[in-house]
Order: sequence, then C-alpha cells, then structure tokens
Amino acid sequence: MLFFQNLGNITLSNFAKLGRSSFFLMHTLTASITVLPRPRLLTKQLYSIGVLSFLIITISGLFVGMVLGLQGYYILSDFGAEESLGMMVAASLVRELGPVVAALLFAGRAGSALTAEIGLMKATEQLSGMEMMAIDPLKRIIAPRFLAGLISMPLLAALFSSVGVMGGHMVGVGMLGVDDGAYWSQMQAGLDFQKDIVNGIIKSIVLALLFPGLLFLKAMMRFLLLKE
Amino acid sequence: MQNTKTQETLVGLFVACGIAALFFMAMQISNLSAFSNHSSYKILAHFDNSGGLKVKSPVSVAGVRIGRVSNISIDTTTYESVVEMQIDSKYSLPDDTSASIFTAGLLGEQYISLEPGGSETPLPANGVIDITQSAIVLEQVIGQFLFDKAAE
Repeated sequence: MLFFQNLGNITLSNFAKLGRSSFFLMHTLTASITVLPRPRLLTKQLYSIGVLSFLIITISGLFVGMVLGLQGYYILSDFGAEESLGMMVAASLVRELGPVVAALLFAGRAGSALTAEIGLMKATEQLSGMEMMAIDPLKRIIAPRFLAGLISMPLLAALFSSVGVMGGHMVGVGMLGVDDGAYWSQMQAGLDFQKDIVNGIIKSIVLALLFPGLLFLKAMMRFLLLKE
Repeated sequence: MQNTKTQETLVGLFVACGIAALFFMAMQISNLSAFSNHSSYKILAHFDNSGGLKVKSPVSVAGVRIGRVSNISIDTTTYESVVEMQIDSKYSLPDDTSASIFTAGLLGEQYISLEPGGSETPLPANGVIDITQSAIVLEQVIGQFLFDKAAE
C-alpha cells in the first residue's frame, strides 16, 4: 500500500515539476520581449555568454573537424572513396555535431557561470532586494541572459561547423592529399540547404531554448518556491 | 570587466563572425548559389528501371554536368519510372536526345547521361525523352552471367 502511495506521489510531483518548468519557460519568453527596448542589457549578456564562449567553441570545432578528417580518411581510403571525405565531415558536423556539441560546450562554459551568478544573487538576497524595489528579477536578470543564449547559440553552432569543415580541409587536403576540388564539390553535392543547414540551425535553436531554460530553472527553483 | 564600448565592439565582432559562418555554410557547404541564381527548365524521361538513381544525381552531356535529377516517381499505368530533371537553361538539347543511366566507376554513384541526336528542333520545357536506356543492375548482370555459364 505504501509502495503505491509513494509511486503516486513521485509521479504527481514529477508532473508538477514539468508543469512548473513549462510555466517558467513561458514567463521567460514573454519577459524577453521587455528586454528589447533596453539593448544595453542584452549586449552585456551577449558578451559574457557569446563572446567568452567564442574561443572554446572555435578551438573544439577545429579539432573535431580535424579528427573527423583524419579518421574519415583512413576508413574511406580503404574503399578508394577518399573524395567523399568533404561530404562526410560536413554532413556530420552540420547535422549533428555542430548543434549538439556546441550546446554542450555552451552549457559547460556559459551555463555553469550563469547558474553560479544567479545562485550567488539568490544567496545574497539580491533577487529579493529587487522584488522589494518592484523590479521583476525575471525581466531584469533572467530574460536578457535567456535571450542572449537564444541569439548566440545558433551563431556558435554555425561557427563550430564552419571551423570544423575548415579543420577537416586542413587535415584531409593539406596533409593527406585529398583533392581540393573533390572535397568541396562532394560536400556541395551531398548537402542540401533546406534539409541540412536549416535543420541544423533549428536544432540549435531548440537546444538553446532547452539548455539555458533548464539551467535557470535549477537556479531559480528555490526562489520561485519562496515566491509562491 | 572592460568598459561598455569595447564590450559592444566585441559583441558586434562576435555576431559578425557568426553571420559570416552562417553565410559560409549556406554558400560553400550546401552550394545554395549553384542553381538558384540561374534559371533551369524541366524535362522528363521514362525508364523501365531507374536503378539506384537518386534525387540530386547529376545529369551530364559528354561528361559535363548540365543539371540535376529533381524528382523520381512511378507512372501508375505503365509502371515505368518517370525521372524529372532540371536542366540549366544555358543549354538546349535537340528533341531526339536519348538518356541512359550510367554508373560512375564500378560501384559509384549513378547518373544520367544524355546523348544529343541530330535533330534541328530543340526539346521544349516539360518535354519527354523517348529513347532511354535503363540502369544496369549489377545483380542482374551477374545473375545473367552465371546462368549463361551454367547453360554451357
């Protein structure tokens, strides 16, 4: 009997969590609109989220592309198909690795910094202080960061993929002697703008909605509970 | 913390880099510019079997790529494969052009090779190529060969 009680409790509380996160995401989205008349808030966050993640994204993109180029070459050359190297590197970067790895690095680099910052604000009761001054912390603190993440994530994913393709070119064409023309032409023949590039961008936007949203939720959870 | 001016400049640079990367992806990786900025026209060909031909496979004349396969469907009355091709409008073809499906290399990608005839009248847009040669299906050829060997 107790088992069923616990099971029901856990299920219900998980649903409650899901509902609360959805509300939170919705509130953040609506609050994001209020940031637009104050672009200074946004540029500050774009700096700390986007610009500071630039280096780690480009360096890891370069190395992921180089590794793909090297390993792809060894496997493809067994079948005499090393001309397809460009397509392999570009397809795996643009479709999958670009958005996902960029999002993971983003969560690691910018996300942890954000969570720590907001956590500190909460611990030192800055958020409650803002509430006292009738400033909605959701609008002032969360929304600019959220919007900055939403803007910088697709750009970072695009940077990751582009730098990766160049890294693959560097290893494949520069060091291993794949034909330069074949590298690009196979890539262009194999990849479609709508199907591959646009879908990759959509993927990174969805991840940008989810990742920082979750991070903020974790940081704000206690605060929200107090508010209720 | 740097002052606001440098911060804004760096943010501007970052966004410019990101947009440049997006542009690079569109142009260099997916070749958006290839067929969108010059127009093309559509021609059709009926094949008994289009083999491993795919949408976006190249269409070439004398080894030079002049277009791409844009759609492959089946004719529900004759059960033939109908292949739609987009040909660059720079090139016009005579109306007795014949089409065959070849394979690049032994196991490579399949493509359509067009063989222009001697006719004076050009093939119109949405024109149909009547003289076609189907894809060579490797399994069939090997099967045929083994069958012939066995019969000897």
